[in-house]
Amino acid sequence: MSLAQVETVAPEEAGGSLGRDAWRRLRRNPVAIAGAVLVVLFVAAALLAPWLAPYPPDKPVGQVTPTSIPGPSAEHWFGLDDLGRDEFTRVLWGARWSLVIGVVSLLLGMAGGLLLGLLAGAFGGWVDGVVMRLVDMMLSVPGLLFAIGVAAMLGSGLDAVMIAIAVVNMPVFARLLRGQMLAQRRSDYVLAATAVGVRRRRIVLGHILPNSLTPVIVQGTLTLATAIVDAAGLAFLGLSSNDPSIPEWGRMLADTQRYLSSAPLLAVFPGLAIIVAALGFTLLGESLREALDPKYRR
Amino acid sequence: MSASTGPSRPDPPERGATSGSPESDPLRGSPEAGQGNGPAPSGEPLLSVRGLKVHFPVRRGVLLQRVAGHVRAVDGVDLDVARGMTYGLVGESGCGKSTLGKAVLRLVEPTAGTVLFNGADLGGQSPERMRRLRRHMQMVFQDPLASLDPRQSVESVLTEPLRAHGFTGDRSRRVRELLDLVGLPSGAAGRYPHEFSGGQRQRIGIARAIALNPELIIADEPVSALDVSIQAQIVNLLEDLQEQLGLTYVVVAHDLAVVRHVSDVIGVMYLGALVEEAPSDALYAQPLHPYTIALMSAIPIPDPEVEERRRRILLVGDLPSPVDVPPGCRFHTRCPFRRPTRCADEVPALRETRPGRKVACHWAEEIAAGAVRAAAGAHDPAATEVGTPSS
Ligand SMILES: Nc1ncnc2c1ncn2[C@@H]1O[C@H](COP(=O)(O)OP(=O)(O)O)[C@@H](O)[C@H]1O
Ligand code: SF4
Ligand SMILES: [Mg+2]
Repeated sequence: MSLAQVETVAPEEAGGSLGRDAWRRLRRNPVAIAGAVLVVLFVAAALLAPWLAPYPPDKPVGQVTPTSIPGPSAEHWFGLDDLGRDEFTRVLWGARWSLVIGVVSLLLGMAGGLLLGLLAGAFGGWVDGVVMRLVDMMLSVPGLLFAIGVAAMLGSGLDAVMIAIAVVNMPVFARLLRGQMLAQRRSDYVLAATAVGVRRRRIVLGHILPNSLTPVIVQGTLTLATAIVDAAGLAFLGLSSNDPSIPEWGRMLADTQRYLSSAPLLAVFPGLAIIVAALGFTLLGESLREALDPKYRR
Repeated sequence: MSASTGPSRPDPPERGATSGSPESDPLRGSPEAGQGNGPAPSGEPLLSVRGLKVHFPVRRGVLLQRVAGHVRAVDGVDLDVARGMTYGLVGESGCGKSTLGKAVLRLVEPTAGTVLFNGADLGGQSPERMRRLRRHMQMVFQDPLASLDPRQSVESVLTEPLRAHGFTGDRSRRVRELLDLVGLPSGAAGRYPHEFSGGQRQRIGIARAIALNPELIIADEPVSALDVSIQAQIVNLLEDLQEQLGLTYVVVAHDLAVVRHVSDVIGVMYLGALVEEAPSDALYAQPLHPYTIALMSAIPIPDPEVEERRRRILLVGDLPSPVDVPPGCRFHTRCPFRRPTRCADEVPALRETRPGRKVACHWAEEIAAGAVRAAAGAHDPAATEVGTPSS
């Protein structure tokens, strides 16, 4: 064949797949680094609490009375709580509970939401109509209020909290995945795949779904932040476990309310912990969104 | 581009399924051939479209979505494409060219009309049959990047059609062969779409389109997203491939200049319908429909003597919405030759005014004879110009 001139392939500096491209941008973003540091702190505290904590989380280790609760000292970095337990130990263990509740409720909610979204996005038509009306109804109720309702209905307890948060997050993921899939379904590369005879199942699972998941990953990271805050909120309202020995940040906040004047730091430490964890996932999620956005791609 | 004889094809994906030669016509006599249209006589067009309509419902309302009207994207198109020929389809952006192309491949479901491919009716085919039939007709898309899955390597893009149609041969050999055909190095196979330039991406799209040895390729504005410097290369590639592989093309463009040199026949579309169809040379020598005349008057003529006499005919008003197609002649709201009542009342049929030339205008003969003059408003400097002047 006589092609006068053929452009030569000019690979990008690092080349490779989209993932590698995004990773490179992520590493260069200070916000992402900050988020990652906070997330690593939180996850490390959660995983290593039994080894890092200097005291048992559920036993008194010092003398307290309602009027004299010792503050931070060399032995007790965050002081003691109203029952004489080491506050630092309890904040560390609280991370463990937050992580478990956050991750389990996220996975549950994501699984349910993605299933609904996949149904709607893959089939369209009346399936889509029914699913989306359901989703609209669920989204019309404010999140925490909805969670309170569900948790109260299920009776309090950790399971109820996790299920409630999962249910609240389900419609978000359903709508996200469905919207992405519908957009992808109309795209030219899907038409092209149809034209060359790729079967519907492979188009949905091999092309549409993987290309719809990027925003789901971003949303998942952001949702972890809200799940941790929501879990604390539910615990604060007394909708979590009744077991006082479980160091749950929201519950710790609630339990120390009465001592706000004598030992205000008891509210500050779990409060800060919640903020650190939520901020970490939010920063990481936002920078992920930016890194994966094709607009920023060369 | 004209018909090529005795194409020397590379190994076809399916053993012995060489298309193009009459005795192994993929549709004829095969189980895919559809509900007996009988064997196609040899002068029969490869593609024959009759009364094709694609109307998209416009929905309004939040909860109960009522159908508030229809976008008449394609509104009754008849056309024939002869084997080995290039049919150029031209019209302003939004006039339904892409939708027409997609409807031919049944990538969108037509509202009405028939599409005969190789004499077989594509209507009423089961999805699985249609899937297998589509291997004989492929599409090249306007936006090469959007037409490629960002997560798919070139190798995967090119083997996917082979897998889907049960190609059992050496796939990576076929991939190298395809890359070579479109002028890409074999090292491109492992790379991803975002690593290529626009022109290279379009080469990948073209390689995918020829992977299954199709007979017909619908190239939907194959170069309009590319740099002008690259456009000629891609047009040349398409011409070379046509010659080598014996392809039949429908080349879509929003600009007469692009299709002029590659097309044997040109169809001019306005608001979902063909308004004129003619052999390329004849159309350029003398456009007959007022819309074509206006389009053509926007192109500078290289001959200075003719250029001197050239009058720019500018169209008044905006392109009507395809939801509210004007009654009567669909062009009458902007036509500088419009005459009272008949133009607005009666739909002009696409009729053969002289051999090989079809025009949808009541006054085509009179306009050609100079008996009907363009209205003064047509030269209003404020009037909008159609088409993109060639550069
Ligand atoms: N899926 C769709 N739903 C609704 N309207 C559509 C759809 N696809 C195209 N259209 C409309 O149909 C008309 C023709 O579009 P198109 O075929 O893309 O035109 P062209 O390719 O000539 O620019 C446009 O008005 C466009 O908005
Ligand atoms: S029929 Fe009338 S309005 Fe339509 S193109 Fe011809 S002259 Fe113009
Ligand atoms: Mg188009």
